[in-house]
Amino acid sequence: MSASFSTSAARNMFYGGSTFFFLIFLALTYNTEQQLPKRDQRAQLDNPAVVAGKRLWEHNNCIGCHTLLGEGAYFAPELGNVYKRRGPDFIKAWIKAQPTGTPGRRQMPDFHFSDKELDDIVAFLKYASEINTANWPPNIEG
Amino acid sequence: MQYKSQIVAKHYFVGALVLFVAQILFGLVMGLQYVVGDFLFPAIPFNVARMVHTNTLIVWLLMGFMGSAYYLVPEESERELYSPKLAIAMFWIFLVAAGLTVIGYLSVPYATLARVTGNDLLPTMGREFLEQPGITKIGIVVVALAFLFNLSMTFLKGRKTAITSVMLIGLWGLAIFFLFSFVNPDNLVRDKFYWWWVVHLWVEGVWELILGSILAFVLIKITGVDREVIEKWLYVIITLTLITGILGTGHHYFWIGAPEYWQWFGSVFSALEPIPFFAMTLFAFNMVNRRRREHPNRAATLWALGTGVMAFLGAGVWGFLHTLAPVNYYTHGTQITAAHGHMAFYGAYVMVVLTMISYTMPLMRGRAANSNAAQVMEMWGFWLMTIAMVFITLFLTAAGILQVWLQRVSETPLGFMATQDQVALFYWLREGAGLIFLIGLLVYLASFFKGEKAAG
Repeated sequence: MSASFSTSAARNMFYGGSTFFFLIFLALTYNTEQQLPKRDQRAQLDNPAVVAGKRLWEHNNCIGCHTLLGEGAYFAPELGNVYKRRGPDFIKAWIKAQPTGTPGRRQMPDFHFSDKELDDIVAFLKYASEINTANWPPNIEG
Repeated sequence: MQYKSQIVAKHYFVGALVLFVAQILFGLVMGLQYVVGDFLFPAIPFNVARMVHTNTLIVWLLMGFMGSAYYLVPEESERELYSPKLAIAMFWIFLVAAGLTVIGYLSVPYATLARVTGNDLLPTMGREFLEQPGITKIGIVVVALAFLFNLSMTFLKGRKTAITSVMLIGLWGLAIFFLFSFVNPDNLVRDKFYWWWVVHLWVEGVWELILGSILAFVLIKITGVDREVIEKWLYVIITLTLITGILGTGHHYFWIGAPEYWQWFGSVFSALEPIPFFAMTLFAFNMVNRRRREHPNRAATLWALGTGVMAFLGAGVWGFLHTLAPVNYYTHGTQITAAHGHMAFYGAYVMVVLTMISYTMPLMRGRAANSNAAQVMEMWGFWLMTIAMVFITLFLTAAGILQVWLQRVSETPLGFMATQDQVALFYWLREGAGLIFLIGLLVYLASFFKGEKAAG
């Protein structure tokens, strides 16, 4: 690099540039927070089943195999839209039937959920399926 | 080694390598579970193997960064470490906490772990990469604060160089952004939005400052090129990193419920993200070509050059492959993400830590460089691991393209599991490449025990 471009100029560019872009990031974050109420279905959080369902989702590390809105592990199906793909009764029956025990097949543990807990999980997945995800995933298969 | 207290780095490096072995073993378990679904079930379900695989990776890289900092900061500051005893104590606390957390993952159901560690009081668990129990998270904060106190005191009382300034900014940023791991809104969109403030702003932000400063330090040592030149490069690279990487966070905000304008910000800025990695590759080769001395540690030079190239390929090229919003619409959450993740972490962070270990370990063991035979062995480890990682990435990419086609593009889309059955061949090939990686790692580790006679 040319001698006219000094180390201190490079340093100032670093401090100035990263501060500037971080401030833009904060401004966009603020704007995002303003827009989210139109997109994130937050009214459903008034239903305690949805929050309880999210806690069950976390306490059983579902993200360790599944994806939710495309994030997580890629070992088991996307669940952000599973409510629309399968419906509540299938979801509950499926969870209760685990593990399938089919030799060589990927296995989901038996989490011993009560009927109330199954309803909570379904409420959470229904909430997730109604978030405005800009039309993702491309089709119902997730 | 110019300062006695630099020796504390050795603890961290040995601890890091032990966890590295655990990480790879659990990676192989997961790889096999992809094709033999009930392997080790129910003893080690996939999610448990994955938590161990990713959490040991994070912890060993953090240990590697800490060891690097404990070695680098005294030498750059031209004084002893503020408190070597504190550094050693924190190492043991960190290692024991990491070990207990892994034992917790393996021995009880995750829900039990969440209950006994009081996750209901402050729910932070069960989110990808941040699965650690609250008590472990608090432990990480305590260790990080003690570490930063120790280093900052050393820095403040000594010579302040660009390398130590950048490293400390990176390390403080790492600690500050980790605090977002305690943020877990019930609102799923907000949960995901701030989750990335740890995950993205770490690996595509502040960690790159640490990476840059370690690489700059090693390049000064092994090439003898003027500090002035290297420091200028370092500032240019990290400037490019942050001005592209901060708004590049947007490429994670396309489909999680955030406003659509993130598709533009995310696409434009992440398209620029390969530039700093390209600059880093140019930097490493440029400095080695302009070298003013033949450093006897040729293995360290190889690792430094390899870091530039592989970070550019994994983080730069494989990242760019799927960050444009119209492409990401189809690839989001597929094996393409896994392919990118593997090569990016290996190329950028694993390799830079191994670069530092390669340069400093012989010095901490009382010699300028290892014997020729040991270096040859280390370089075999380098090539086996690196080539195996290239193939792991290629096989996962193939699996990902096929997955996108069958499940999302085809006129008669298949379900997830039916698609997985169709791509099984590539998972088998990936597992084979993973075995080669393990062999490479064992060869690399064996090089530490090869011949005591010093070269050069």
